[in-house]
Amino acid sequence: MAKKKLEDIAINGDGAVAYAWKQIDLDVCAAYPITPQTIIVEDFSKFVANGEVKTEYVCVESEHSALTLCAASCSAGARTFTATASQGLAYMWEMLPITSAMRVPLVMAVANRAVSGPININNDHGDSMAARDTGWIQMFADNVQSAYDNAVIAPRIAEHPDVQLPIITNLDGFILTHAVERMTLIDTEDVKKFVGEFEPVCPLLDYKHPTSHGMFDGPDFYYAHKYQQVEAMDKALGVAEQVFKEFKKLTGREYHLVDEYRCDDADYVAIILGSSYGTMQETVDQMREAGIKVGAAMPHIYRPWPEKELARIMKGKKAVAIFDKHVSLGAYGPMYPEVVVAAADLEKMPKMYNFIYGIGGADTSVSILRDAMESVVDGTADKINYVGMKLL
Amino acid sequence: MAKIKIKDMPIGARVCNPGSSEAILTGDWRSYTPVVDKEKCINCLNCWVFCPDNSVIVKEGKLEGFKMSHCKGCGICAQICPKKAIRMTEA
Ligand code: SF4
Ligand code: SF4
Repeated sequence: MAKKKLEDIAINGDGAVAYAWKQIDLDVCAAYPITPQTIIVEDFSKFVANGEVKTEYVCVESEHSALTLCAASCSAGARTFTATASQGLAYMWEMLPITSAMRVPLVMAVANRAVSGPININNDHGDSMAARDTGWIQMFADNVQSAYDNAVIAPRIAEHPDVQLPIITNLDGFILTHAVERMTLIDTEDVKKFVGEFEPVCPLLDYKHPTSHGMFDGPDFYYAHKYQQVEAMDKALGVAEQVFKEFKKLTGREYHLVDEYRCDDADYVAIILGSSYGTMQETVDQMREAGIKVGAAMPHIYRPWPEKELARIMKGKKAVAIFDKHVSLGAYGPMYPEVVVAAADLEKMPKMYNFIYGIGGADTSVSILRDAMESVVDGTADKINYVGMKLL
Repeated sequence: MAKIKIKDMPIGARVCNPGSSEAILTGDWRSYTPVVDKEKCINCLNCWVFCPDNSVIVKEGKLEGFKMSHCKGCGICAQICPKKAIRMTEA
């Protein structure tokens, strides 16, 4: 594919996602506006109204209807995208596992926002974490560029014949959705070529080969169909790796199942999702300057869980700090036990610490992350730590 | 059941061979059986319209009987009949 260097633009994360969707020129979009996702659907509906895309934009009365419509439209054979956040995702919940079980490769942007209550509109990962067991692939972005890139990459993973699963592209509410960053666009022709034509499997509107979708299953078939989803999730890891390679060829930008920053020779590694990965990189640089060998890693693909890559990164490390922007009340941060399991087969298991941070949009500064990592280095950290809480 | 392999099943609980529900003998579930009293029946065919399993047999515009391979004994025909001509028996 031709590499055309375009001028960088200044854009917020929501705008960047909408722009990627415009370049893809999807068939159908149905979404309900909800802060901090609203700009995506506002921008995209403008593209539709101005005739800049051929997309059929369907106005719906709720997120539940949005996802129901999108699942059906994707089933029918149309490339379909939607977007939501927080309460909207919660309202969609009933349809999340149905969509994945129907094996429709739908793309959904989620502008991560804390789930009520108490009522809050700021960023944390409570919305997507609550959806993690519903059979959707989940990607995270650490800046506006990767939010845009994920929007281009996502349909390639979801629509792959071996995968055929819906995919969520997460971007941190406000921190990425609303903050303007400098970003490199991909030429629209290149985006179209990269994403390719949508080739649905047994679509409902294939009159010559009539099919029924969304059928009833007794226990034996239900279990077997769930197992097919397990296999598809496993395959999605390999497919994602392959798509990332192709993406690098096109753009020069490199993504992995787990993105890494200065992990190779590190004694201590921080595992963190989303925009705070950038904050952690700055923390790593500062601590390295002070002579402490720290590294950072971000699961770019959170579901399916990239266990092997995490194990490789953690091998030989003294300690690993797992940062969760959500807490499973009564247990741990959601990533913590999964990272521990990923490390369980290592010859020598690093010490494992969990840091809960940024809940309900609580500020996440370099100094907070640095204090946390220093407590890991000197061994004063607890197993579970609640950091960045102003009211104590 | 044992003959079907997971890898051969269409994904997404899709049914890709149309008309295949005929192969599922819903009559196997039946615990009540409809019996029509032809004296009362006026051949309005409401039962035929409402039967969810296409099990009311009609010949030349007249109710003939029930297709026992697929009648699951739900009793909808008996409920819908304006003449109460269908009785559900425990046979
Ligand atoms: S609904 Fe009753 S009256 Fe009408 S055709 Fe059926 S059995 Fe006869
Ligand atoms: S009992 Fe149910 S299935 Fe059987 S003929 Fe009547 S309506 Fe049809």
